[in-house]
Amino acid sequence: MCRDLATEVEKLLLQPGSYVRKKAVLTAVHMIRKVPELSNIFLPPCAQLLHERHHGILLGTITLITELCERSPAALKHFRKVVPQLVQILRTLVTTGYSTEHSISGVSDPFLQVQILRLLRILGRNHEESSETMNDLLAQVATNTDTSRNAGNAVLFETVLTIMDTRSAAGLRVLAVNILGRFLLNNDKNIRYVALTSLLRMVQSDHSAVQRHRPTVVECLREPDASLSRRALELSLALVNSSNVRAMTQELQSFLESCPPDLRADCASGILLAAERFAPTKRWHIDTILRVLTTAGTHVRDDAVANLTQLIGGAQELHAYSVRRLYSALAEDISQQPLVQVAAWCIGEYGDLLLEGSCEETEPLQVKEEEVLALLEKVLQSHMSLPATRGYALTALMKLSTRLRGDNNRIRQVVSIYGSCVDVELQQRAVEYNTLFRKYDHMRAAILEKMPLVERGGTQDEEAKESKEAQLSEAALVSTEPPASKLLDLLDLLDSSSGAAQPPPPLEPSPGGTLGHLLDLPCASPAPASVPNLRVFEREGLQLNLSFVRPPETPALLLITVTAVNTSGADVTHFVCQAAVPKSFQLQLQAPSGDTVPAQGGLPVTQLLRIFNPNKAPLRLKLRLTYHHLGQSVQEIFEVNNLPAETWQ
Amino acid sequence: MQFMLLFSRQGKLRLQKWYVSLSDREKKKITREIVQTILARKPKMCSFHEWRDLKIVYKRYASLYFCCAIEDQENELITLEVIHRYVELLDKYFGSVCELDIIFNFEKAYFILDEFLLEGEVQETSKKNVLKAIEQADLLQEEAETPRSVLEEIGLT
Repeated sequence: MCRDLATEVEKLLLQPGSYVRKKAVLTAVHMIRKVPELSNIFLPPCAQLLHERHHGILLGTITLITELCERSPAALKHFRKVVPQLVQILRTLVTTGYSTEHSISGVSDPFLQVQILRLLRILGRNHEESSETMNDLLAQVATNTDTSRNAGNAVLFETVLTIMDTRSAAGLRVLAVNILGRFLLNNDKNIRYVALTSLLRMVQSDHSAVQRHRPTVVECLREPDASLSRRALELSLALVNSSNVRAMTQELQSFLESCPPDLRADCASGILLAAERFAPTKRWHIDTILRVLTTAGTHVRDDAVANLTQLIGGAQELHAYSVRRLYSALAEDISQQPLVQVAAWCIGEYGDLLLEGSCEETEPLQVKEEEVLALLEKVLQSHMSLPATRGYALTALMKLSTRLRGDNNRIRQVVSIYGSCVDVELQQRAVEYNTLFRKYDHMRAAILEKMPLVERGGTQDEEAKESKEAQLSEAALVSTEPPASKLLDLLDLLDSSSGAAQPPPPLEPSPGGTLGHLLDLPCASPAPASVPNLRVFEREGLQLNLSFVRPPETPALLLITVTAVNTSGADVTHFVCQAAVPKSFQLQLQAPSGDTVPAQGGLPVTQLLRIFNPNKAPLRLKLRLTYHHLGQSVQEIFEVNNLPAETWQ
Repeated sequence: MQFMLLFSRQGKLRLQKWYVSLSDREKKKITREIVQTILARKPKMCSFHEWRDLKIVYKRYASLYFCCAIEDQENELITLEVIHRYVELLDKYFGSVCELDIIFNFEKAYFILDEFLLEGEVQETSKKNVLKAIEQADLLQEEAETPRSVLEEIGLT
């Protein structure tokens, strides 16, 4: 229909009779919106129509030109040459065009003014020459408009938008920002709202100018009106920089405490982001995140926990401080899940620092071991805890078994209870930790050592934890810290044990016995168990004695001292003693004290054998001796019988 | 402007003018949503509300809410002026307008709106001209209603 009637409308555009013409112009606007190809028909009459005196037609024409320019860059270029004419029209309107029928409260025809300003904005965008032409006019409008009523403010607002969008002079831009600042102080909420919206658009380009109005913006945060406070929040977050970060965070945090729930998530993540970018000190950063977690814990993003743990892990000097603060926060309230997770992790990692005593930066806090354990158990049992939080708490309890000095009964109890938990994740963890207590107790300390600093990258923290769990179940070692030399032995032994020719009998030590063993471990070691000496060989005055030592802290280890004594008259020279044990054992021969056994019971030659017997299999020992005695070279191979049971049980 | 709605405090729609073409079902749905949202707002809140990708500018006059939906780049403050100008026109025409006037003379309300706005844009900025046009239309209507004899019609008497 539009296509058919387009020519008719065009004819009507130039007819006499303003009533019809003004309607015809707007009909043309509608046609262009429906069928953009008709622009060509309506482009030529525009120039003539601009000379109209009738406001209605003029207004329609401006709208038509705006529509044409928005749709086609060619039209835009074409109409740039009418900029001077538009400027003239507006100038006349502002200075001398006062007529009662078109004005609203002292502003002449605000509708027309706003429309012209809008067109000027489109024409002056990215175009130096046009922008220059309108500079004076914009300044004039900005300063002369009466702003006591809404009409004047509407015109002023449009002027500000035009100044911002075109290539206006610097002074003009400053004027625009100041006008917006004045708007912010206006009592009318609507005006404050549009000011906040415009400032948000400007903050990228004219940051320093907007900064000057920061106090007013922060005032607007306290507005009860939700749309206003939302705008103020966005603008405040955009205004945070390194110099005002402390003050702004303070304001934003007090806002967080009182803001409506739908803004909480945005506010919390905004504060955390700002803290990350501009934190002056690590301690302040940790404090800020802590405060956000306590106030709005449920609304923070998922990676906040990972970020915080990484941050705390990196700030070594603040470990004691962080763990104390987290402990106090947790003791007060265990419902905020992210806070509970971070606190549980920290207590697990740095529990020893928590119990140590005083820390200069917080008030002295005397914490007893039972309190810490009780708190973690409370978290585990609470119905408010998410499964992930329970996992954190269980792992923390486990880590504390190595950090605390008391006995681990309570921890072991909890861990074994959760071995039959309905939640599969918890059950798996509990069973693995149980195994750690029982069979691999010697490795527990190494596995539960302090974590190294994780690489920045969100999920790596979780991956490090998960890989720990996986390795635990395979009973292999996590090579984090340089392990003690003893552990290296164990590793070799474990590898060899997996390929044992004779599978060691599955010896399940009685629970009582194992418990006794474990309980012994953290305490001071008693005197090594004494095993009677054994004479294994005698020939022509050369005697070989074995003495055994079983150190209690490593029950699988057996130390044998081979002593060769010569009671004959002649020396024994080139004395070499070699030993062999079954495959399931590991043997280490240390260098002998010498290779000559002097005659007449002189200084004996001693040699130390270290035998590692993790499977507690019966010990079998074969010795081979070669030496020179009485002019003969002797070679002897024999098995040691009658080894006392204490050597291998 | 995309559309204008007038509704009472109880949520009854008194006037609707759509400047975009939508199906009836969509119009009903939009109307319901907007009426609900605006009525839920407290009295001290600002007159602008973001809804989908439009801005809703609304003002309450006595028992009627006047709602306009404008696009992102339009000036909200001048839209408030548009609403106010429309109310002034109604007031001048009906003489101290109230909701009842609009209920019983809704076609006149639509005529006045059509004289003031076309295609969502202001077509006449002079109050006088708009009211003059309405008066002329009224006169024509009255003339049409008065019975004329056949002779008068052809101009012989």
